[in-house]
Amino acid sequence: MEFLVLQALSGLASASSLFLVAAGLSLIFGVTRIVNFAHGSLYMLGAYLAWTFVEHGPGGALGFWGGIAAAVAATALIGAVIEILLLRRIYRAPELFQLLATFGVVLIVQDLALAIWGPQDLLGPRAPGLRGPITILGQRFPLYEAFLILVGPAVLALLWLLLNRTRWGTLVRAATQDREMVGALGVDHRRLFTGVFVLGSALAGLAGALQLPREGLSLHMDLAVVTEAFVVVVVGGLGSVGGAFLAAVLIGQLHAFGILVFPKITLVLVFLVMAVVLVLRPHGLLGRPQAEARAPSGAGEPVLRPATRPVRILGTVALLCAIALPPFLGDYGRVVMIDMAILVLFAASLHFMMGPGGMASFGHAAPFGIGAYGSALALKLAGAPMEVGLAAAPFAAGLAGVAFGWFCVRLSGVYLAMLTLAFAQIAWSVAFQWVEVTGGDNGLLGVWPSDWARDRLVYLYLTLALCLGGTLLLRRAIFSPFGMALRAGRDSPLRAEAIGIPVGAVRWAAFVIAAVMAGLAGGLFAYAKGSVFPTYLSISKSVDGLVMVLLGGVRTISGPIVGAVAFTGLEEQLTRVTDLWRLVLGLAIVGLVLAFPAGLAGAAAALAERRR
Amino acid sequence: MSGPVLDARGLAKAFGGVEAVAGVDLSVEAGHLLALIGPNGAGKSTCFNMLNGQIRPDRGRVLLGGEDVTGLSPRAVWRRGVGRTFQITATFQSMTVRENLRTALLSVRRALWNPFTSAHRRHDDEADALLALVGMADQADRACGVLAYGDLKRVELAVALSNAPRLLLMDEPTAGMAPPERIALMGLAARLAREREIAVLFTEHDMDVVFAHADRVMVLDRGRTIADGPPAAVRADPAVRAAYLGGEGG
Ligand SMILES: Nc1ncnc2c1ncn2[C@@H]1O[C@H](COP(=O)(O)OP(=O)(O)OP(=O)(O)O)[C@@H](O)[C@H]1O
Ligand SMILES: [Mg+2]
Repeated sequence: MEFLVLQALSGLASASSLFLVAAGLSLIFGVTRIVNFAHGSLYMLGAYLAWTFVEHGPGGALGFWGGIAAAVAATALIGAVIEILLLRRIYRAPELFQLLATFGVVLIVQDLALAIWGPQDLLGPRAPGLRGPITILGQRFPLYEAFLILVGPAVLALLWLLLNRTRWGTLVRAATQDREMVGALGVDHRRLFTGVFVLGSALAGLAGALQLPREGLSLHMDLAVVTEAFVVVVVGGLGSVGGAFLAAVLIGQLHAFGILVFPKITLVLVFLVMAVVLVLRPHGLLGRPQAEARAPSGAGEPVLRPATRPVRILGTVALLCAIALPPFLGDYGRVVMIDMAILVLFAASLHFMMGPGGMASFGHAAPFGIGAYGSALALKLAGAPMEVGLAAAPFAAGLAGVAFGWFCVRLSGVYLAMLTLAFAQIAWSVAFQWVEVTGGDNGLLGVWPSDWARDRLVYLYLTLALCLGGTLLLRRAIFSPFGMALRAGRDSPLRAEAIGIPVGAVRWAAFVIAAVMAGLAGGLFAYAKGSVFPTYLSISKSVDGLVMVLLGGVRTISGPIVGAVAFTGLEEQLTRVTDLWRLVLGLAIVGLVLAFPAGLAGAAAALAERRR
Repeated sequence: MSGPVLDARGLAKAFGGVEAVAGVDLSVEAGHLLALIGPNGAGKSTCFNMLNGQIRPDRGRVLLGGEDVTGLSPRAVWRRGVGRTFQITATFQSMTVRENLRTALLSVRRALWNPFTSAHRRHDDEADALLALVGMADQADRACGVLAYGDLKRVELAVALSNAPRLLLMDEPTAGMAPPERIALMGLAARLAREREIAVLFTEHDMDVVFAHADRVMVLDRGRTIADGPPAAVRADPAVRAAYLGGEGG
């Protein structure tokens, strides 16, 4: 009994910091409608800055608490800079571009942090005055944890006062409910948005700084915390601070007790709860349906016209080059080309559901990785040769698509994206934690092609045939009757249903098709590398896909292809010339978003349109 | 044909305790036009939504050619020959006008599940014929997203006609058009109703349009029918004048 109480208390302590991060994320989303991927980066910066101020503060004068305060202030300042230099310019850009831009910030911060603080985990000092344990029910419990338990409700109370008892808070709540209304009140948007972003950043910085005595600081803190904060925000209801608190407590307890009952699948549990909540209450526990912030997704979409002659010629030439080139390439060139072809199919499959389907996925690594594991497990468990393994990959991914899709297609927009992320994280944690079958972190090795395809050139042609074939099939599907039904359901579900189109079923089918193609790409990737790791299912893999699609332009059909090639090329070149490739890539992404909010291919199309 | 195409009895629907529609009977025969009029918020659109399956009525039945279709999905109701237009137009903005029609025509033929062949040019003749009918032939290649509102209404009408409906539901079909266009469009609807034996139920705020084309007029006020009869009789009804027409001078 005593033990369970302590477990619950430590769950509450983690809930506090989770709540601080999630509250900021939720406030920012509520007012600016931006899903801030970089929120985890602000949390990480808060932690590292606190370490610096506490350990190396000017003359050591700051002390522990002074250092924490300085870190919070500095993080808030960084938040202000990000808002003013970047976000302010893209509030009107499509949702996904905003997301991409904030992910660019994640990359930039990751490399800056690496350059400044180095790759080793850092350990902070204990908090003065809160060092010892206290005794609860005869058990020892760290005093600092007890302090953290109080921080959550204290911040909740302060936020409540701020939101409900000040004029500024009234504006924030009004903006969260209805963007237009704030405009009508004649309020200065900019100041309000900057203010909210700074507040959110400060909260993230505080949460990070308070971790200092608790755990080692690592460069993985950012994405780890931001996914969990997303879960909290989505479970609680976007824009609802109270909901975020409730959800943080729920998730904290789930962690604390899940580890006792199912030590292997705590992560699965968390995401499963989120999936269940989203299906039962699509707007989260305390969230309200948002007044439609944007025009329906069909508005502003350009008409998809079949490729013009020049584009078709260009495409054919590119295809012929791709077929003719391999014999002239060195081994390294062939490896790069295999990767490129695989990523083209991966990006095209993501584009299929995002563009024509209108379903943005933050978790497209799931079908990719499940395909890869499908191939590897077919070999490990059944001794299946490559030919069978390459069929097992899309099959496994397709099955996962059927299961995940059933949940996902009920939702739309950010909620749908979050649910896909949740499923990808579930798949990742299964691969990571179910060591007996998946090999855990060590992965599965020895996944080599059959003898006839072992030669790199042969495997390259096999990959090219399957990937280009798959991409062309997807392209054809977009212009097929099914593609029309899919676009119809995206543009106007109301009208689509009124002319006999089963929108849900069509979206589900598209989800599965995208999964099958991503799975094929994953299977090919497994045999190309000879091994399979949980990283194939990781968030950063999903984000790679998003970057490729958005870079190329989600509204054009050639976009994902251009994007995938540009992305792989860029990454290859950058990793060769500089250690700071993430920084450069991040800057490039931010620059591109600022310069071409419609993507590369989109910009080219717009240029062509102007010439006409 | 025997009996009315549409026969709805005792339709009722409440939103949050407020009765938007409180027991309305509607019936339309083939080839006839019934105008449903009433002030804003009278419950006209809610009636439409119950007829085509958008909303499930709290009480009442909807019979279509004698078949009970209450509670069926909009898809199923459409398959039974009901076309509708929406008060706020709903079209596929990222498609051209012709593609909007093509999508509907493919759906009529249950051909939309095919992901392997191109839909290019499918059923263009039929689409163009429908577009010519509503006067949109010259704009067939334009994107729906850039059309004027009145033109979108025309596209919707063409789409609603694509499954050769026996019942056409038109929610304010002439909003956004100039007065002469309005009369002409409803004239077209009346002609089609007679030629193709379609039962038409429409709502409209323009009284000239209503009295020029409706065979029968029903007046709704706060969810209840306050008058029902030939246009001339309804126009003369003192209750109607008090509730609705008075301000507009008939
Ligand atoms: N989905 C809904 N939820 C809540 N209330 C609704 C909903 N739809 C309609 N109402 C309410 O029901 C009543 C009837 O609305 P309805 O749209 O049917 O009126 P209407 O006669 O079509 O009006 P108008 O001429 O403005 O189109 C109104 O008070 C409206 O606010
Ligand atoms: Mg209405």
